[in-house]
Amino acid sequence: MEIPYTVTARPDTGLWNAKVGIWLFLASEVMLFGGLFSAYVFLRLDAAPGAWPHGLLNVPVGTMNTAILIASSVTVVMAWASLKMRRFRAYWWYMLVTISCGVIFLGVKLAYEWPQKFEHFGAFIKKDALEKYEPYLGNHHLAERGLAPRIEISGHLHNPEALHDENVKEYEVALDPVNADPTNPNMDRPHFLYVPATDKVVTIEKADVEYANMFLPKHSAYFASYFTITGLHGLHVLGGVIVFTYLWLPVGTKLYKRNPEHLANRVEVAGLFWHFVDLVWIFVFPLFYLL
Amino acid sequence: MSLKGFHIVFISVSTLLALGVGAWCLWVESVADAPAFRVGAICSFLSAVALIIYGIWFYRKMKRLRIII
Repeated sequence: MEIPYTVTARPDTGLWNAKVGIWLFLASEVMLFGGLFSAYVFLRLDAAPGAWPHGLLNVPVGTMNTAILIASSVTVVMAWASLKMRRFRAYWWYMLVTISCGVIFLGVKLAYEWPQKFEHFGAFIKKDALEKYEPYLGNHHLAERGLAPRIEISGHLHNPEALHDENVKEYEVALDPVNADPTNPNMDRPHFLYVPATDKVVTIEKADVEYANMFLPKHSAYFASYFTITGLHGLHVLGGVIVFTYLWLPVGTKLYKRNPEHLANRVEVAGLFWHFVDLVWIFVFPLFYLL
Repeated sequence: MSLKGFHIVFISVSTLLALGVGAWCLWVESVADAPAFRVGAICSFLSAVALIIYGIWFYRKMKRLRIII
């Protein structure tokens, strides 16, 4: 049985079926991501002064990933245009570049950006103990300059067993530069280039800590939003890569030989999805990395 | 809307992003005294120009090929 309107347009809608389907799907996706972005904005607006982290993400890496996704949008359109011009070889190469861009994006996210967060530790200090940790927080200095106070000490945890073992009464942390030298004016603003933890190790008593954890979703509303939105986006990228790979494999070649316009339409629909995924990233990047 | 139309929208939004990142880099440079961000600003503005040129080229090419929106 042949599925109707895969190549020619339906007389009543003026569109072939898959195009109607993808736009309905994208409308539902807009609502999904729109809800998540709204949640992020409201959580951030409601955060107490100093409680919302800044400068924890690696901006150059995020910029590179943004450029990779924009480049992949260009190549997927070129792949589609090549099919329209019946240049299958060019289509094949453009699609290969698109798939590679998607794989590189996911590789950077999963092998570099996320693991870097998992290895990082943060301890929110109780209000009545803030003075005790003033040498690492520098709140007097911040108050003089009219800036929001710091309530978290972060860095690399030297004794990870302290997170689970109740008998361990303190955390040993190799401080981030912001806590190692908190009165340095250069630390008043977030670092947007990656700066590793220092060799300065301090001991933080558990009794002085309101809450402590690695930079996981449960660390804060910020990281919960970050991992949810970038994770969901990453799944969409993975979905796109799988579809493109399917269309790039010999299945695509066979379809091209049978009906090139049908393959062009499939690539167009997948390309629309890919553009939507890239468009979501265009909003994720400034929201999480820059602002 | 076809892929062509969506691509033009996407390139327009990307251009705005590049301009925004450039402005953000200039802001960081001014408040945090980080000269490295001047290079970032220049790269971002150049990227915006490149995207505009590409967008115009793409639109003309598609028009020439008569791949309609």
